[in-house]
Amino acid sequence: MTTAAVQRVELDYTGSERLTMNMGPQHPSAHGVFRAILTLEGETVVGVDAVIGYLHRCHEKLAETLTYAQYPSIASKTDYVAAMTSEFAYVRAAETIGKIDVPKRAQYLRVITSELQRVASHLLWLGTWCLDMGGALGGGATIFLYCIRERELILDLFESLVGARLLYGFFQVGGVRYDLPPDWASKCRETVDLIDQRISEYQRMLEDNPFFLVRTQGVGVISRELAQEVGIAGPLLRGSGVAYDIRRGEPYSSYEDFDFHVPVETSGDCFARYRVRMAEFRESLKIVRQALDRLPDGPISSRPGLKSVAQIRIPKGEAYARVEGARGEVGCYLIADGSAKPYRMKWRGASFSNLSILPHIIPGHKVADVVAIMGSVDPVFGEVDR
Amino acid sequence: MEWLTLFIGPFIVLNAILGIVTYVTLLERKFAARMQSRIGPYRVGPHGLLQPIADAIKLMIKEDVVPTAADRPVYNLAPIVFVLPCMFIFATIPFAPGLGVADLNIGILFFLAVSAMEIVGLFMAGWGSNNKYALLSAMRAVNQVISYDLPFIFAALTPVLLAGSLRLSDIAAAQDGLWFVFYPVIGQLAFIAFVVSTVAAENRAPFDILEAESELVAGFRVEYSGMKFALIQLGEYAHVIGSSFLGALLFLGAWAGPGPEWLGPVWFLIKAMLVFLLITWVRWSFVRIRVDQILALSWKALLPSTLLLLIATALVVVWRGTTGV
Repeated sequence: MTTAAVQRVELDYTGSERLTMNMGPQHPSAHGVFRAILTLEGETVVGVDAVIGYLHRCHEKLAETLTYAQYPSIASKTDYVAAMTSEFAYVRAAETIGKIDVPKRAQYLRVITSELQRVASHLLWLGTWCLDMGGALGGGATIFLYCIRERELILDLFESLVGARLLYGFFQVGGVRYDLPPDWASKCRETVDLIDQRISEYQRMLEDNPFFLVRTQGVGVISRELAQEVGIAGPLLRGSGVAYDIRRGEPYSSYEDFDFHVPVETSGDCFARYRVRMAEFRESLKIVRQALDRLPDGPISSRPGLKSVAQIRIPKGEAYARVEGARGEVGCYLIADGSAKPYRMKWRGASFSNLSILPHIIPGHKVADVVAIMGSVDPVFGEVDR
Repeated sequence: MEWLTLFIGPFIVLNAILGIVTYVTLLERKFAARMQSRIGPYRVGPHGLLQPIADAIKLMIKEDVVPTAADRPVYNLAPIVFVLPCMFIFATIPFAPGLGVADLNIGILFFLAVSAMEIVGLFMAGWGSNNKYALLSAMRAVNQVISYDLPFIFAALTPVLLAGSLRLSDIAAAQDGLWFVFYPVIGQLAFIAFVVSTVAAENRAPFDILEAESELVAGFRVEYSGMKFALIQLGEYAHVIGSSFLGALLFLGAWAGPGPEWLGPVWFLIKAMLVFLLITWVRWSFVRIRVDQILALSWKALLPSTLLLLIATALVVVWRGTTGV
């Protein structure tokens, strides 16, 4: 890799008409609490300083004080938009150390919920991204409300499965906590079909819209080299032409059973990232359908039901487990010391790694592009700051 | 008593406009809600009919905050400077034959000139707030409003050429047989250009880069609260309604419609609301475009094409050899 790829874009700072503008931490398009200190020359951004940490909640220290039975419900609070996948990474790490088998039915249930979660998360991304570009008093709000409407359907499914709508605690070391309620599968199929149809509608609504195209095409281009050097993952990486997906590259939880396709776009701009996510909607829905069709019978956990919070003990050892979250690679590094609580835990947040691309691609763009690029990166600040 | 009648007309028109503007906000909110599969305001009064009044009362009793660093005279004056031209534009609009404040022989010129004054208030608000978002917004305002006033004027002048008069009542009367929007080719093109440049000149989405709440929070009015905010809001809506009335007058035959003559103003209002809903429809369907793209659209596409259209119209009028339709 050449060093040229990693150099920050530095424009001429010498102009006398510079203006320092604060975007965040409280700003309509900050997607949480993110502060970008922009240096402007007229409308053009010449420098950006990203300030994070406003949502730091000591997740990693907290993990040391909570047992393996307790933490999964807290893990959902790292990435609260895609809570299922953070839980998934944690329990996978514990299972890897303890060499705990997961029954096939539980693996399939994990796949179904993770993929539905990906759809829900991408729906929220599409809505908020368009809201960033279109404004709360404009066309963006229209798409936002449509997307929220569809996301509600998935949250309803989760509610009838888990009892919670945002933070689930569905995953458990050795399996999952709840089995499907009666009728859930048929309701899920209906929802999946409906969303599939609506996604095509939104795709037409956006891609036939020249204003949307001029706002996204050629904006915030991440080259393949830069993407690999900075270490971004997920839809951003695939939008830059790298066909990398953990579900395919290192299958876990029976992902090898399903027939799906890893969408890749080569142009690396906001539009490419949008295309990748739009294709991922379909692939996720496809996986959900396949998993529902082939859902095996059997137990949902390889471990006895929980009677006390300290019941799960993981033998001494350490492991890194990763899953493909909605925003990229969600990794959990866990060191167990044989007790009911981990000795140390470290998150690899997909949003955190993806956010580090911003100083490389924002300079040279207009102020309006900053929000478009930010939105296309799709950070969730719970996961960035943890 | 002569001097009293001078005041009665404007008084009635002004209050009617205020009433219309207040309820147009409800119309827009309901319309947008239907587009977004929502219900919209529903709680205050039956079907939310009292919502605009509740909003107005809320804004009136709100605390008025002036930023410490603001340029106080400019900051305080800006909403008034902004709202006045938006009210003046109604002066020359005849709502029915002989029913208007002043049917000037240069009516449309007055409308276009006064409506362009809006920019002064915008810039004062952006500058006086002493806020970076507001300042950037004021910069964009100057860029955008000036760029779009020219296509707006050219599009509005096409019916003027066809009718052969600057007096608004003459233009309306000239559409007796054929509304200008149905005039072959020229009418439709001019109407499209008129709607596009109206949306842009009124700073409504997709051209609402002044407000751009996802970038500039609320742009030039970020620091305004209470009644001053209400005045700015009022001015914006009044301007849009004024332009809708102008559009209905220039292209849709103003008060022409079936039924007795006294229904004229009602028809005019309905047509103006149709133009308004068209603008609203555009607003709630598109994402915002960037400042450089907005300027490029104006200078590279809209301005040359409206200019060509104007020349083409002039040629048609000369070839036709008469000023009647």
